Amino acid sequence: MISVNRQGEVWVFAEQHGGKLEDIGLELLGRARILGDKLGVKVAAVLIGDEIKGLAEKLCHYGADKIYVLEHPLLEHYQANSYSRVIYDLVHKYKPQIMIYGASPCGRDLAPRVASATKAGLTADCTDLQIGDHETKDTVYKNLLFQIRPAFGGNIIATIINYNRWPQMATVREGVMPMPEPMTARKHEIIVEKVHLTHDELPLEILREHKQEKKVNLKASRIVVSGGAGVGSKENFRLIWDLANALGAAPGATRAAVDLGFIDRDHQVGQTGTTVRPSLYIAVGISGAIQHQAGMSDSQKIIAINNDPQAPIFDIAHYKIIGDLNEIVPKMIKAIKARV
Amino acid sequence: MAYNCVVPIKQVPDTKRITGEAMNDDGTVNRGALPAIFNPEDLNALELALAIKDKFGGKVTVITMGLPAASAILRESLYRGADETILITDRRCAASDTLATSYILSCAIKKLEYDIVLCGRQAIDGDTAQVGPQLAEKLGVTQITYVEELISLENRLITAKRNTGNGWQEVKCKLPVLLTVIGEANEPRVAAAKKLMKYKKARTPIEIQMQLKLDNPHAKDDELKELVQTKVKELEEKGLLIKQWDLDHLKADLQWCGRDGSPTKVHRIQSVVLTARDSKTVEPSEQGVADMVHELISDKTIS
Repeated sequence: MISVNRQGEVWVFAEQHGGKLEDIGLELLGRARILGDKLGVKVAAVLIGDEIKGLAEKLCHYGADKIYVLEHPLLEHYQANSYSRVIYDLVHKYKPQIMIYGASPCGRDLAPRVASATKAGLTADCTDLQIGDHETKDTVYKNLLFQIRPAFGGNIIATIINYNRWPQMATVREGVMPMPEPMTARKHEIIVEKVHLTHDELPLEILREHKQEKKVNLKASRIVVSGGAGVGSKENFRLIWDLANALGAAPGATRAAVDLGFIDRDHQVGQTGTTVRPSLYIAVGISGAIQHQAGMSDSQKIIAINNDPQAPIFDIAHYKIIGDLNEIVPKMIKAIKARV
Repeated sequence: MAYNCVVPIKQVPDTKRITGEAMNDDGTVNRGALPAIFNPEDLNALELALAIKDKFGGKVTVITMGLPAASAILRESLYRGADETILITDRRCAASDTLATSYILSCAIKKLEYDIVLCGRQAIDGDTAQVGPQLAEKLGVTQITYVEELISLENRLITAKRNTGNGWQEVKCKLPVLLTVIGEANEPRVAAAKKLMKYKKARTPIEIQMQLKLDNPHAKDDELKELVQTKVKELEEKGLLIKQWDLDHLKADLQWCGRDGSPTKVHRIQSVVLTARDSKTVEPSEQGVADMVHELISDKTIS
């Protein structure tokens, strides 16, 4: 833990694998820029790996004033022990006031280990980050990081703060923060940190690894057709696939539908899945829990089909169709095929 | 070679059955308003521990921090094959965030002999997935998160397959280790009838005390105390005692426990405000649907 320090920078963990920066770090720099400007402090990216210094410039283009580069042959492959160790040292040396990570499998493995070592707070899966004041009976805490996330089944939005044990840390899912426009003419400073590591600090031996492309690219699709628990069964989920195919759309799903085994987890839209901003989002048999809405409410147009007129999804839908999805979806497919 | 496993578990409100009334005004959860269940992925962690015991021998200890009522999931663990169960219950644990929780659990686990700690990846009430890695750091052990398969366990070396979101990784390390287990890892066994018959009588000291107080409303304090001691001893001899620890027993440093030990605080809780939009209701008829599709084609939403 470090003490509260108003001059501290805003840091972003710039996740990279195999010398390639992940989008999430760039997205987070966009928000970090806004937070840093509001606080009047510098924004820095923390870049860890082996021979990755070349990535620093890109991080600058996306909003970093400074890039801390931690290079070491033993840091070539990510693992929680070694990465958390070097971040711990860096945090204690430079005392940032904020540090944000992607809520990727890597970020969710790493950030809690850093939080535990630094005895600092950490909020998972934020859907928004802001700067604001917090008042208690006897004190006003100015300019804290508001870590905003849906909580508890989705009926509430919680704003979490940490006012006495810094850095203030949070994870954010990919796609939640919009990707900033790169600016190539920005000035930046690269700080190369000396890293001391021994093999003892890399307890994991990575024997084999397999990366597979996601089965679906929800983020890149202009139209997403998603099904929820209301679709009823895996067999009936065929309707979602058929409608998606008719539209050239990507099939999505709620967490409930994924948990019920209707479709693979790669298709999950929402706070713990993918965040999408398509031109058209069709929600079929989806009640609209806030966790799901967190992943799709920025869609330009939303069609909701549900037999429950009270379903919360109707509150954000542009087109509401109240009725039996088993009848409505085939009618839609027919209408689309008739026009195309 | 036998391995001792410790499984920290959590009793959680069944968030799938949530209603608006389940929240207190201060934003905390009114757990009484929801059915309390065994956190689903903790069952997968327990299953993996039991599978290790079945294959290699050793002991499975299940531990939870919570209200006295959390003993229900400890009994469920006994029905499935756990050897020992421990309830950490103490008012001073209240309002612990993930950091304070992992600290308290680490104090308890350090009192046990363990080779492998198995946690569920995340609990359904918070979905943070933080306690596992935080606990690993506090114990000073290696963590393997998102375990979907245990590949081998030999000469105190573990090899496991972890799900990395966009693929998988096979990793190996020395024990001790902490695993976080995902739902896809296995199919948790159900309660064994024989064990259920035996362990449904298992109790924590606090449950024994509450029951004896009900049965002997006129007993004086010291009489009650004696009755409790006798019953505790009797259950212990039968292997039916669920251990109960408090923060004093753990010698926990209170500055890292409960509200004081939790760096994250709630600033504000808002009910979900849904943004009203320009919206139209479409008739669920063939004509209604066709008109909508036509509109979306003409404004180029559908190309």
